[in-house]
Amino acid sequence: MKDIFLDLRLWEIVALSLQVSLSAVVLATALGLPLGAAVAVGRFPGRHALIVLLNALMGLPPVVVGLVVYLLLSRAGPLGELGLLFTPAAMVVAQTVLITPIIAALTRQAIEDAWREYEEQLRSLGASRMSAALTLVWDTRFSLLTAVLAGLGRASAEVGAVMIVGGNIDGVTRVMTTTIALETSKGDLPLALGLGVVLIAMVLVINAAAMVIKEAAQRRYG
Amino acid sequence: MGLAHAALIGFITVASTTSTEQSGLFRHLLPIFEQKTGIQVRVVALGTGQALDMGKRGDADVVFVHARALEEKFVAEGYGVKRFEVMYNDFILVGPKSDPAGIGGSKDIVVALKKILQSRAAFASRGDNSGTHFAELELWKAAGIDIAREKGPWYRDTGSGMGPTLNIASGMNAYALADRGTWLSFKNRGNLAISVEGDKRLFNQYGVILVNKAHVKKELGQRFIDWLISTEGQKAIADYTIDGQQLFFPNAG
Amino acid sequence: MILPLRLEAVSFLDVIKPLSLELAAGPSTIILGANGAGKSVLMRLMHGLLPPSAGTITWSSNGRQAMVFQRPVMLRRSALDNVIYALRVAGVAAAERPAMDALKEVGLAELAHRPARVLSGGEQQRLALARAWALHPEVLFLDEPTASLDPSAAREIENIIRAFDAAGTKIVMATHNLGQARRLADEVIYLHQGRVLERTPVAEFFSKPATAEAAAFIKGELPWA
Repeated sequence: MKDIFLDLRLWEIVALSLQVSLSAVVLATALGLPLGAAVAVGRFPGRHALIVLLNALMGLPPVVVGLVVYLLLSRAGPLGELGLLFTPAAMVVAQTVLITPIIAALTRQAIEDAWREYEEQLRSLGASRMSAALTLVWDTRFSLLTAVLAGLGRASAEVGAVMIVGGNIDGVTRVMTTTIALETSKGDLPLALGLGVVLIAMVLVINAAAMVIKEAAQRRYG
Repeated sequence: MGLAHAALIGFITVASTTSTEQSGLFRHLLPIFEQKTGIQVRVVALGTGQALDMGKRGDADVVFVHARALEEKFVAEGYGVKRFEVMYNDFILVGPKSDPAGIGGSKDIVVALKKILQSRAAFASRGDNSGTHFAELELWKAAGIDIAREKGPWYRDTGSGMGPTLNIASGMNAYALADRGTWLSFKNRGNLAISVEGDKRLFNQYGVILVNKAHVKKELGQRFIDWLISTEGQKAIADYTIDGQQLFFPNAG
Repeated sequence: MILPLRLEAVSFLDVIKPLSLELAAGPSTIILGANGAGKSVLMRLMHGLLPPSAGTITWSSNGRQAMVFQRPVMLRRSALDNVIYALRVAGVAAAERPAMDALKEVGLAELAHRPARVLSGGEQQRLALARAWALHPEVLFLDEPTASLDPSAAREIENIIRAFDAAGTKIVMATHNLGQARRLADEVIYLHQGRVLERTPVAEFFSKPATAEAAAFIKGELPWA
């Protein structure tokens, strides 16, 4: 069993998984962070409905996201021209769709809490809403990092979206979760277990890191 | 992947079936083809019905499945350019060693299915639009049984691929129709063993078709098809064995 | 000169009844009143944090004002960086020097690089004053700045407020601490249930309050709201 960790295939799969999920997290942060910050400090009609929607979208089932992105990227669909289906890029797209609401909703929460504390003071100093939002993004950076890590954890652990849009192609779009599903269904467990161990270890590290960072920051910066 | 090969000139997407992929055939075949031509073949493994749908949507360049009637319809309706026969393998009926249906070594699949119905022995069906599933339905028909009407709690539609269906059959001590390839690589047999094999009606023909859509990689796809039916490709297919047993029998042309 | 500040028929919901007053440059103005009298709301109306429900609030020209709240709110950065932030928002480019000077003024120079939020309550309030000092405001609003502090910290704050006054900044402060009012005020505005009941020089307010409510307040008999 220990020999499985010497198998190059296992680490190639891990590397692809990290590539896909990290890319998705970067994109989702670029989209979700500003969105969450804007909703936190903005005041516009429908704001409350938007907050409810963002929170609800955190629970998007991965298979449904996979299905929708599949229909969009299929040659028979509107974005078929791009030829992205069954490539790692499609998996990044699907995971980005999946975790952007998570990052946006958690960012919104963190910044709105901070805004409640800082609003009077920042407005007293003459900061515009937008400049205040940017200041708060930096000020709440540790909570935001926790939100980003939550997104990364969700992306790493899901199988439905990447399975459907990636096609689980040997050597091309096979990631940890889809390989575990495949190997288990074949009754072939060593690779599945090996990947399972790596995946659990990754998720534990991500979650522990999030907590440790938050605590250290609290102690240092107050 | 790891072998020295001709410089990579591109890739094609092939829609095939889970049973074919899980047999390990592609892991054996594709590196040979890639090394020779520099064309990477990306196989998306689904059920036969879904693979053909993928072809209809244009999401694959080539379809490689084993359901002759559906393949001919695919070409007739204009989705495929031309169908080529490539190889065949066979289905086998597996079942619990205790043989609750009393098949007892019969070589006749129709007789066996009638006995399963009579004894209401547990039977796990793919139920997923796959070539194997269609073959199973055809066999019930050949036995004169309207399975849609006759099925009861003993007949389980797993809606899954071959591996999961065998897992379920193993777990439930049920009979199941499987392709020999998946059975040979299946590691979780439990109490299952081969119940019926060799009946001509269990013969499973594979066909390969180039998808007929404007954006398809016609040249690369055709080169793959040409190689599969060439002497070299056919030999590579015949060379694939598990535990010394040949799984697929080339019969192009 | 941004003063005088004119409030005309200004009201705010049910909390401030329509009132008119004018704040001129020079004397330190203390707004006295019980809890719930509307002092905080009035301060925020004047500073511009709340829009009036009716009436107008007019400054004589543009200029800088600053406000210090009962609880100081600091960003998660060093003490110095908090002051620099305020200067940058106000459009001051070379902010390091004036920020450091402000810290020296309030006696926080050694803590310049400490994270602001780990400082004690008194130190953070001094930092808030340093932040205001760096802006050289014409008017400084203070909303019960020592209510959360112990007496020695409170005294340090009062000294800094006196320094502002000496430097020419108009002080407008809300408090319910009679002793503090006596120490720092030049004039007293007495607020009762959203109305200005009295406006008198400090000595006269304490020796000869004109209204019964003010007299009761001074005697400490008014119930907390």
